[in-house]
Amino acid sequence: MENAKKIFNKTSFLIPAVAILLGLIVGAIAMLAGGYNPILAYSSLLEKLFSSSYNTGEAIRAITPLIFTGIAVAFAFRTGLFNIGVEGQFMMGMTGATIVGVTLDLPWFIHAPLAVLTGAVFGGLWAAIAGVLKASRGVNEVISSIMLNWIALFLSNFIVAKFLVEKGQQKSRPVHDSAMLTIDWLIELMDKARMHWGTFVALICVALFYMLLWRTKQGFELRAVGHNPDAALYAGMNVNRTMVKSMFISGVFAGLGGVFEILGVFGYQTVMAASWGYGFDGIAVALLGGNTPVGVLLGAILFGGLTYGSTGMSFGAGVPSEVVRIVIGSVIFFVASHGLVKWFLKPFLGRRASKRKEAV
Amino acid sequence: MDRNQAAVQLKGITKRFGSFTANDSIDFELKKGQIHALLGENGAGKSTLMNIVFGLYQPDEGEIWVNGEKTVIDGAAKAIGLGIGMVHQHFKLVQPFTVAENIVLGNEPVKGLKIDYKQANEKVRSISERYGLKVDPQVRIKDITVGMQQRVEILKTLYRGADIVIFDEPTAVLTVQEIEELIEIIRNLAAEGKSIIIITHKLKEVMALTDMVTVIRRGKVIRTLPTKETNERQLAELMVGRDVNFTVEKTKRRPGDIVLAVDALHMKGERSKNVLNDVTFEVRSGEILGIAGVDGNGQSELIYAITGMRPVSGGSVRLNGQDLTNQSPRKVSVAGVGHIPEDRHKHGLVLDFTLSENMILGNYFKPEYGRYGFIDYSAMDKLATQLVDEFDVRTSGIDAQARALSGGNQQKAIIARELHKNPDLLIAVQPTRGLDIGAIEYVHKRLVQARNEGKAILLVSFELDELYALSDRIAVMYEGRLMGEVDAENRDDQQLGLMMAGNKAAAAAGNGG
Repeated sequence: MENAKKIFNKTSFLIPAVAILLGLIVGAIAMLAGGYNPILAYSSLLEKLFSSSYNTGEAIRAITPLIFTGIAVAFAFRTGLFNIGVEGQFMMGMTGATIVGVTLDLPWFIHAPLAVLTGAVFGGLWAAIAGVLKASRGVNEVISSIMLNWIALFLSNFIVAKFLVEKGQQKSRPVHDSAMLTIDWLIELMDKARMHWGTFVALICVALFYMLLWRTKQGFELRAVGHNPDAALYAGMNVNRTMVKSMFISGVFAGLGGVFEILGVFGYQTVMAASWGYGFDGIAVALLGGNTPVGVLLGAILFGGLTYGSTGMSFGAGVPSEVVRIVIGSVIFFVASHGLVKWFLKPFLGRRASKRKEAV
Repeated sequence: MDRNQAAVQLKGITKRFGSFTANDSIDFELKKGQIHALLGENGAGKSTLMNIVFGLYQPDEGEIWVNGEKTVIDGAAKAIGLGIGMVHQHFKLVQPFTVAENIVLGNEPVKGLKIDYKQANEKVRSISERYGLKVDPQVRIKDITVGMQQRVEILKTLYRGADIVIFDEPTAVLTVQEIEELIEIIRNLAAEGKSIIIITHKLKEVMALTDMVTVIRRGKVIRTLPTKETNERQLAELMVGRDVNFTVEKTKRRPGDIVLAVDALHMKGERSKNVLNDVTFEVRSGEILGIAGVDGNGQSELIYAITGMRPVSGGSVRLNGQDLTNQSPRKVSVAGVGHIPEDRHKHGLVLDFTLSENMILGNYFKPEYGRYGFIDYSAMDKLATQLVDEFDVRTSGIDAQARALSGGNQQKAIIARELHKNPDLLIAVQPTRGLDIGAIEYVHKRLVQARNEGKAILLVSFELDELYALSDRIAVMYEGRLMGEVDAENRDDQQLGLMMAGNKAAAAAGNGG
């Protein structure tokens, strides 16, 4: 628990909190400038999120994939890698789940887990490509993984359109019920909101993220390689293999996000012109959460909540969703610029902060 | 000039960081035209005190008098205005800029809206000549040696009109010749009437250069005395607070079986040239083999080859008869090799890990530190507590980041970890680099103790004094080859020097005798 305390210290909560506040203030100014009422807008955002069980449930649905992609980015980051290819791994996870879900017909207790596993492995292997390229040829993972995003998008479209397509439509045949992971009683309870097991798996993944990195020998290696590859080599770790492993695990998290969009929400996969953006939003989520397990969870809730609630702002206060993106953007901006927020906080924290700085 | 007036006088300066008192009512007086050493171990509070004089910190108590007037120095700009200049340990220069550009930076001579480079070059050249600095104003910083860069820093303070120059550990980064030249330069400055403070922990330089010396220990002034009335031994005692052994007590060596046998080792370099050429030697249990040589003659590569961190292209490495050629670092470590690496920040520690975590770096996979793939944090912490205690690692706690420890304590932690593995062969590369006297003494004692316990020790060092003090035999490396070997007791300094410079005749004589 000592470790946990270190990871979640006081400033790691205070700074994002103030950053969010500043972001909301800037958003309010933007709304005022556009002639909208920010108080009405924010209250209708909250109303949208909490007024009905359907909306709350749908907000949770919107948050779930962000938890997965946020963890994927944060995990890679903790091991010294910048996985910008979460988007593509997410796509591959969707595709893997769809292939198994559509083509096979098995009893549910085999079918569903197999579909989940396949999607996760697809995502993991897709990420591992970037890992192998980096380990063997020194290719920067940012470049390779962003390129793999496009390959994943069009490969997925090709697979869906060629092998899985529903006649005359731009989407796959439906996934068999035996592979679906919706929670029917909860759907009824939440007034038809699309609830699924993925949300719980996401929460388990948050715990796994912590356990794996900070409790296991594997995690010890992963973090050592991330912080100092030279010392890791000296300590007898296989740096290259660890890098590939790290990318694989990160890709598994991303792939799981995609899996549950298919098996939990839609039940089919469409041919898409562009990717969803969950992967890129995951980068923002990881940043918001300071790459810590609980931080990522909170970041996903904030990010997903704002995004989903934005429709409420449009309806309730007539604020266009572009302005909502300004609010989200400014929140991330302030979280990303730690220094700015610390500077802003300095007069409040006063002597204590300046003392500590000097001691460094 | 009134030689007796104080250029800088500090009265009762106290500086606290939280509950830690870095400076405890310090009195200090720098006379005009004098060279005054501020001597103390790492962390004694020297740098804090000088940062107060240079206006980077504000004292909590006490007064600063400059040229007989009481002042408050609330920033570097104020300090510069008062004629105080500081030459930092880590240079603050813009690499792609020329010498002159760096010197005038922030205070450029202008002609209309443009910088007057001609005048800048001229000014820099004239100051350089006046103090015998021999710096070409038009070359770029990235193209000149570290010693030259330091002179640029000195010029910078002089250009800004400094009469009082503070040097922070000026010789830490210099070669032997550069140190001699620097001493000459500092003498020149003093002769021209500049007052000089030198922060250092090196006794030889204090003796060679200064007029006065003030010894600081744990934030307090222990004593101020004229240099010519003291000696190295007394200063060391004042600095460390106890008797210091310059010579390590060593029993007669009793070499046992061959532990490490290196045979005809070759390694390819980045280009076609071999960085290791036909290197053959052996180390027996209970002896220390020292490897002498100028930095960059294949010593690092030799160690990488033995420890499996870089593949060799020919030859073999055997430990207790077991072939370890081109095995992984893990295999080599498990086979019984401990390694105190040359660069403790690059290889020895993960600086962002806690001290505890660093203590199992390289051992974390063993069952005593956890089963079923998990790490047993309580076993790890127990080990760390035990080692911190046994090796006297000064830290705020085992949960402190390795980064937060002083260099000496980081080194102690590494030594603790490597000795705890109970290796048959201990490799120590530059084990005392950057450490102060107390820590050096400790490291030496531990190495000799390990030798006496029957371990084989391979010591690589660029400091002859260290090799003399510790080694039983000394082998000399030059351009990736072993030039030969001498007995540490019946050595010939001159012959060793010639061998280090690649003189084959001397090497032949050495091997014969």
